Amino acid sequence: MSTTPTRTPTRTASAQPSRRGDAVFAGLARGAGLLIVLALAGVAIFLIVEGAPALGANEEQLYGKESLTLYVWPLLYGTLLAALLAILIAAPLAIGLALVISHYAPRRIARTLGYLVDLLAAVPSVVFGLWGIQVLAPTLFPAYQWLADHLGFLPFFEGPATTGRTIFTAAVVLAVMALPIITAICREVFLQTPRTHEEAALALGATRWEMVRMTVFPYARSGIISGIMLGLGRALGETMAVAMVLSVSGAVTVNLISSQNPSTIAANIALNFGNASGTKVNVLIFSGLVLFVVSFIVNFLGRWVAARGQVKG
Amino acid sequence: MAKSIDVSDLNIYYGDFLAVQGVNMTIRAQAVTAFIGPSGCGKSTFLRSLNRMHEVIPGARVEGKVVVDGQSLYDPGVDPVAVRRQIGMVFQRPNPFPTMSIYDNVLAGNKLNSKRMKKSEADDIVERSLRGANLWNEVKDRLAKPGMGLSGGQQQRLCIARAIAVEPQILLMDEPCSALDPISTSAIEDLIHELKSDYTIVIVTHNMQQAARVSDDTGFFNLKGAGQPGHLVEFNPTKKMFTNPDNESTEAYISGRFG
Repeated sequence: MSTTPTRTPTRTASAQPSRRGDAVFAGLARGAGLLIVLALAGVAIFLIVEGAPALGANEEQLYGKESLTLYVWPLLYGTLLAALLAILIAAPLAIGLALVISHYAPRRIARTLGYLVDLLAAVPSVVFGLWGIQVLAPTLFPAYQWLADHLGFLPFFEGPATTGRTIFTAAVVLAVMALPIITAICREVFLQTPRTHEEAALALGATRWEMVRMTVFPYARSGIISGIMLGLGRALGETMAVAMVLSVSGAVTVNLISSQNPSTIAANIALNFGNASGTKVNVLIFSGLVLFVVSFIVNFLGRWVAARGQVKG
Repeated sequence: MAKSIDVSDLNIYYGDFLAVQGVNMTIRAQAVTAFIGPSGCGKSTFLRSLNRMHEVIPGARVEGKVVVDGQSLYDPGVDPVAVRRQIGMVFQRPNPFPTMSIYDNVLAGNKLNSKRMKKSEADDIVERSLRGANLWNEVKDRLAKPGMGLSGGQQQRLCIARAIAVEPQILLMDEPCSALDPISTSAIEDLIHELKSDYTIVIVTHNMQQAARVSDDTGFFNLKGAGQPGHLVEFNPTKKMFTNPDNESTEAYISGRFG
């Protein structure tokens, strides 16, 4: 964001106020807008041009897969599965946390809690990756064994549980990473609930939770959805943490606790790009294009839903 | 049904700040009691202390007693939520729930009591409340439309309908007409006249003519000076207040010599 020092026009009775500041600022704003469009178009063109040769790739260049679809599909599946799981974990937690900060906790505690959550967003993803491998995976491993033993009849917990580095662990890491952004957005919209609405509910004899359900949630609905979509975007594109945590085999499965996991697009690119050459590079870029399109669709859907749920007043 | 309110030695604090000091009064059942006074004199604060709504602000507390029908509202065992279900409130700005239809707005309080209502029962409550608020004829064909689509005066009457739908004992009104035009104001004033046969009504107003028109008793609140707590200067039948008040400053305020 750029700011221009605009001179306050000197106001005398006869002189017209100077419009130069207006013109400069309008030009800058227009330029910034145009730059965004150009950057986005540039990325899209790069992905399409560089990804296109992948359509003619042979089996060797496709890392042993027969077709491009068979190569990209498990990655796409892994990406979506990990991100959706992460959001399933993060969204309720974030909404609850935002509610505590905005409506339940005493002001001082709320502020501290808010800072802590914001701080979580500042942790580099490599650190989350390390934490996932070193702490989370070993901690969750006994739980996976228990699940495999007792709930093994469910396809999600079929096992065998041989490692803590499962897609579920990766999803938990992603959830922690998506948590701050969802919380921050929810907190802001919760705080904007008009006081008069809240008082209307309280004066009818609503408890605090009933007040939240009657006024805060309906008012914040579109904001909550936007927050979740942004969190989903973060989870879809996250690279390092997944690349470090996940034990990958390329299997497409709903089994959440085995060592046979699909990788994600972003993690796969990060792990393979260094050793790739020739058409293999194009194949990886093509998978990047798929991720780009998916993220775009997710964002678009999010905005559409948010706009539809817009509440006036 | 309608109940009287006995207030004795009530002090209201926001944190350490004493906002209203030493109020004593008896508010009669099935009558309209109006509070007048300059801005910041604590009349709204006092009104909100009558159904414990001022507690919504952190740090707010009271000393003294508010007794409704033999029950002290501030006894340790009394739940403010239960108090507010018995003592309804209408606010300065109309505040229907924006996401709800007219129908659901009226029933909002009843649904909080979480007992299952039959459709016919709910329909009855909606019609009775809207008739009670003189709004039925204007909205009966569009009950499913959002409450925000109504005019300001209609919205305020919808809020009154919502408040009386739960059949409270007392209805508190905090400057209910200050955001409305004169025609809507007169509609609300007529309504207050009708409601007083069933409810005890307490109204805060900045409009002295309004106090004179609608109320049976009037309380005048004032400040001793800036930063001083507000207090009740005089509490008398409205007729006496506006013709021959006991206190000099009441007369000065009412005749427009200050405030």
